[in-house]
Amino acid sequence: MSEMVALGKAGTAIRKANDEGRAGLVGYLPAGYPSYEGGVDAIKALVDGGVDVLEIGLPYSDPVMDGPAIQRAAEAALAGGFRVKDLLRTVEEIAAYSDVPVLVMTYWNPIERYGVDRWATDFAGVGGAGLITPDLIPEEAAEWIAAADKNELDKVFLVSPSSTDERIRLTTSACRGFVYATAVMGVTGVRETASDLAAPLVARTKAATGLPVGVGIGVSNAEQAAAIGAFTDAVIVGSAFVKRLLDGEGPAGVRSLTESLAEGVRREPSAAAGR
Amino acid sequence: MSTVLPDQLGHFGRFGGRFMPEALIAPLDELTQAWRSAMADPEFTGEFDRMLREWAGVPSLLYDATRLSEVAGARILLKREDLNHTGAHKVRNALGQALLTKRMGKPRVIAETGAGQHGVATATACAYLDLECVVYMGEVDTQRQSLNVARMKLLGAEVIPVTSGSRTLKDAINEALRDWVASVDKTHYLLGTAAGAHPFPAMVRDFVRGIGDEARAQSLELLGKLPDAAVASVGGGSNAIGLFAAFIPDADVKLYGIEPGGDGFETGRHAATITAGQVGVLHGARSFLLQDEDGQTIESHSISAGLDYPGVGPEHSWLAETKRATYRPVTDADAMEAFRLLSRTEGIIPAIESAHAVAGALEIAEELGPDATILVNLSGRGDKDMDTASSWFGLIDGETGHE
Ligand SMILES: Cc1ncc(COP(=O)(O)O)c(C=O)c1O
Repeated sequence: MSEMVALGKAGTAIRKANDEGRAGLVGYLPAGYPSYEGGVDAIKALVDGGVDVLEIGLPYSDPVMDGPAIQRAAEAALAGGFRVKDLLRTVEEIAAYSDVPVLVMTYWNPIERYGVDRWATDFAGVGGAGLITPDLIPEEAAEWIAAADKNELDKVFLVSPSSTDERIRLTTSACRGFVYATAVMGVTGVRETASDLAAPLVARTKAATGLPVGVGIGVSNAEQAAAIGAFTDAVIVGSAFVKRLLDGEGPAGVRSLTESLAEGVRREPSAAAGR
Repeated sequence: MSTVLPDQLGHFGRFGGRFMPEALIAPLDELTQAWRSAMADPEFTGEFDRMLREWAGVPSLLYDATRLSEVAGARILLKREDLNHTGAHKVRNALGQALLTKRMGKPRVIAETGAGQHGVATATACAYLDLECVVYMGEVDTQRQSLNVARMKLLGAEVIPVTSGSRTLKDAINEALRDWVASVDKTHYLLGTAAGAHPFPAMVRDFVRGIGDEARAQSLELLGKLPDAAVASVGGGSNAIGLFAAFIPDADVKLYGIEPGGDGFETGRHAATITAGQVGVLHGARSFLLQDEDGQTIESHSISAGLDYPGVGPEHSWLAETKRATYRPVTDADAMEAFRLLSRTEGIIPAIESAHAVAGALEIAEELGPDATILVNLSGRGDKDMDTASSWFGLIDGETGHE
């Protein structure tokens, strides 16, 4: 398979950033928080602040991979009556607003419940670019892989510090778009220091695939973004944005953090070193 | 060869498997290997059997419940798991996994608990085997079950109240999984039922299958034949699969799983997961699941804290789909009626979970007729449920209860 195909939409956007001599910036926010409209505005602020790829979370009742910040936002969104159809509406609004690829990060059950094929069709129909699936491993993903391939959607699976090299090969070969490297053993949440598990994991992942590798979990400021951007293709930031919203800073707070992180990934020394 | 379930990846037909963060997949592979090698090692299985016998009071008795049988109109045999150490079948699984934790060289155990029964069994096994123990328990449950919190603390465990989500059992599992992702190097997650990602459903089954293995041999000795039916309550499914496993190849033995019907299945306030009939993914496996149109987990309702769980172990979903076992709900009210009946006829106060199985057996007795012999798993004793029973029946002065 040619790399052009496997790059998909998100990978293409990340490589475009890499061609500018910097890491891409991937921004996460859950849909529906603090309200439907408030969520849309916050996601637009990620775009305005300069993310290269968007990751919109589907609020879920049992988010076992998420720390307190994302849990709180998801609980509030669900308590506010947020539905899966509202996610599709959000994606549609954002896709109409900008060309930044829109990935959805979702636990698996809501997709299975919706119907995997029907989901892929409807999601592609509103302009979605692909899914990040934190509790779906390729061995269980045959139906999703087929539906994504049919609809040319990105399939982002995760690798972790505990993954064996064999698993990394298996997982990366199932990905389209990029590979999501969770830089720590633990749930989502802002962390003070960058994990020393990240660089070895990125190196092992790059040994297995030509796809871009994004590093996530814990990044909250420009310094960390610069440091991680130096050895990876994309920096993924989530909880730090959610915290801005939880603290009531609204879209303006999201935008200013995005701008600061976008500046971080552009700092010298250029990120070219690790790529 | 396809008759050996689950398959390599933990599937029972379309159920089971692993829907877990990648971070836990390699550790689950290691656990699977450690468990398989332990079960093939006579030293491990011999040690497990010895501890069960000397410390946990196993094998439990098979009791011919003649006075209950008179009322039921069929012969009822009770598998007396209530007489085990800590008062329930749960100690078999807790001890098995704690011993495996030792073998893996991990010093720390985490567990979830609803009513506190599995938490107490785990804290007990950890005290016995000198393991550090942390138990996650929904905040609502720590308040409802403060005596069990005290027991766990006395045994040296740390109890962490969980304040996320609905603050009950499913959220305690979420929180334990969050701990595990960050601590898996040194920590074993001692899951309390035959659910979750592979290898848990098969591993827990194999640690508790002594219930059915013993009962099968005891039945042959007592009756000269097998019973006509085996009945157990189904929360996550450990006591039921522990009873069923030995009888699955015996096509003539009917298997019945009794689900918590809460206020009545038709009210929607229940925890009868298989009866409700919708398939989904929760806590690492595909199985039947109480969920809304969007795939969000629905809160379950049962008077029995141990059965109050919106999911169920995948092997039960498989047994239901292949029709090898039948699952049906029993309401809170019928379970409490059976609770009192067993207390008054046999002098045995059962756990409310187990009272569901007794209530189910009474219905099944009517269907199978007077010649039938029905084996019931009396999975636990009722001491822990006396608060609930007191307010249900109005046993404490000044309270009015159900009559
Ligand atoms: C005595 C007893 N029986 C049954 C159960 C239900 O669990 P399971 O379905 O795993 O047997 C519990 C759970 O706490 C219990 O304490």
